[in-house]
Amino acid sequence: MTIIRIPTPLRAYTAGQSEVSVNGLTVLEAIADLTTRHPAIRPHILQEDGELRPFVNLFKGEENVNNLQGLKTPLLEADRLMLIPSIAGGCHGN
Amino acid sequence: MSILIPPDLLSKIHAHGERAFPDEGAGFLFGKDGDVRHVLGLYELPNAREDAARHNRYLITPQDYLKGELEAERLGLDVIGVFHSHPNSPNQASEYDRDWAQPFFSYVITSVYDAKAVESRSWRLSEDRAQFIEESIA
Repeated sequence: MTIIRIPTPLRAYTAGQSEVSVNGLTVLEAIADLTTRHPAIRPHILQEDGELRPFVNLFKGEENVNNLQGLKTPLLEADRLMLIPSIAGGCHGN
Repeated sequence: MSILIPPDLLSKIHAHGERAFPDEGAGFLFGKDGDVRHVLGLYELPNAREDAARHNRYLITPQDYLKGELEAERLGLDVIGVFHSHPNSPNQASEYDRDWAQPFFSYVITSVYDAKAVESRSWRLSEDRAQFIEESIA
């Protein structure tokens, strides 16, 4: 199984767990398993079309999966995924 | 719903906003959540947005996010929110703030006019992500 690290603001949706073990041969399958085990986390990491929300980053080890093969990035048993939000905001205007 | 921020830490949040002016400044609130959410420390961070956008946008990179979360754990605390400044703008959470907001976090926003911090207010995202709800700062 692959371990996914859950960031603080999303731990309310994983029963307080900071790490969740999931099954999956790819990042996509691992996220699908995570959202099956903890459905309430889904709207906070995935858009309605199933794509990752823009502020959600997934790191495999120290590498952003966007720099690998995205959601198709393969996973091995020993791999560790980290779900890390980009934190952003700002006042009115563009 | 309220958040307890000791006066010395609120002063540091204001000073950070003043130093960052005319750009937005940001950082993490470290503390403990419970019946009362209590801020016990700050973690100031660089604004990673490009120069031209820093006057009305802030960005904390994933790398800085992870460093902050690990530092909070080392201190036996949690990241319970984010503080940032609105230069020459009200301390009302914007639509852009809401689009990018995380659940659970407190978002403390400080209005800074002409390099002088005026007031802070705090907001939390509703569960359906549809709106920010103000929490009182005690």
